[in-house]
Amino acid sequence: MSKTPIQFTLNGKPTSVFVNGGANLLEVLRRDVGDMTLKYGCGQGTCGTCTVLIDGEPHLGCLTLAETVEGRQIETVNGMADGPELHPLQKLFMENFAAQCGFCTPGMLMAASSLLNRNPNPSREEVVEAISGNICRCTGYEPIIDAILQAASSLRGRAF
Amino acid sequence: MTIHKGRGFACINYPIGMNLGGDPSQALVHSTPDGKFMVSLSAIDLGQGMKSVTRQIAAETLGVPLADVYVDTADSDSGPHDMGSFASRGTHRVGNAVIQAAKEARNVMLEAAAEELEVSVNDLETDGKGNIQVKGAPSRSITVSDTAIAAQFSQGRTISGRGIFLIPTSDVDPDTGEMTPVSCFAHAAVVLDLQVDDETGEVEVLEINSAYEVGRALNPKMVEQQLIGGAWMGVSHALYETTEPYYPDRSHGPVDFNQYLMPGPGEVFNHNVAVLERPAEGAPYGGKGPGEMCANPLLPAVANAVYNAVGVRCDALPITPEKILRGIMANGGAKPQGVR
Repeated sequence: MSKTPIQFTLNGKPTSVFVNGGANLLEVLRRDVGDMTLKYGCGQGTCGTCTVLIDGEPHLGCLTLAETVEGRQIETVNGMADGPELHPLQKLFMENFAAQCGFCTPGMLMAASSLLNRNPNPSREEVVEAISGNICRCTGYEPIIDAILQAASSLRGRAF
Repeated sequence: MTIHKGRGFACINYPIGMNLGGDPSQALVHSTPDGKFMVSLSAIDLGQGMKSVTRQIAAETLGVPLADVYVDTADSDSGPHDMGSFASRGTHRVGNAVIQAAKEARNVMLEAAAEELEVSVNDLETDGKGNIQVKGAPSRSITVSDTAIAAQFSQGRTISGRGIFLIPTSDVDPDTGEMTPVSCFAHAAVVLDLQVDDETGEVEVLEINSAYEVGRALNPKMVEQQLIGGAWMGVSHALYETTEPYYPDRSHGPVDFNQYLMPGPGEVFNHNVAVLERPAEGAPYGGKGPGEMCANPLLPAVANAVYNAVGVRCDALPITPEKILRGIMANGGAKPQGVR
């Protein structure tokens, strides 16, 4: 099968890779680029655990043709921490025990990060809406919602 | 259309472990040359916290800082044998095996330290901060790290330990059917409030109040989170989830997450948990672990609350709007069972 060269920016770094025709972004990022933070849950766009940001918008890696990200900005959980300093979302997920098995966490973090980028002061309902495409089997969602609300507050520089 | 509120109660005595076959779990503990400890297990962490809890148990028994203990549950080919993560057995079975292995490793560590300090092993204690010292004379001490280096490079000792949990196999008495399949029980009681719409049959869970007795909560925050997440799953089983909605007919079974019903982040409810700590005999530091029973009592509590709300007794799960409406029609209308 012929391969297509594509170039994009992954977490701020220029990245070039040869992809198979029809390959999806999830496969390419995990297998060819080696970014294992996004997970393969269902492969059909229903679980949300492969969520990545493309030009700031949340997209499902498993439903995105890799060739369509040519020239675009991609963000994954790998780009969240600043060296050893965790992003407030990561820190508050940890403090709220918002992960048990952790499989949904990368997708949740990406969905939350996209929400907070466009809406720094979301209501509880808006947080619920933002993660409604992400399935969590362990936590019952409540600690995840709490963590996102607290991270929003922390990012706005307010005490909570 | 009328909304009927209902309250249901359920309680549970839940067995820890499964004694058929002796229910064994093994653990191996060894030090690295710089005085850190590796705990090798084949018990798997599915998100229930096995790695955190066994790490705490090993650090406590060894008498070393938590940060100096690593738990490896990666591979059942290279790890010691374990029956598995099921039957709510992890904390109790694996925890006991880890204590036994850590005790043996601690003894070797103290013998190595005694040789370096030229004192009797019986006079030594750990301070939990990475030092081994003479009782009553803490200035005469050696670090765990120096002890491990001495054991490895001059004394020729392996600071290591083996542990296994095994109880006598319980056979079934052929006359009475009697057996002793478990070694201890955890307990819980749940009160659940919900409301039922008698026109659509839809159920909304409003609040859960529960009390769990799990021995000592070795990691209280993780216990609480497991109970809250598990209760959500119990409600999900009670009201939504099935692979065969018209069992035994297999038709209309869901084949993916689009069709398989589960409550989402919009269907969370308030859940107040009280954890009663009564350290259990024979359990690692008194901990029995919540395990499967975090989900189980929610199912009868939901069924009882639906009956309390509209007088419909559902005897098959999940309790769907269809089953509730058929029950209401068969009864000639909603029959609330008592006013609260």
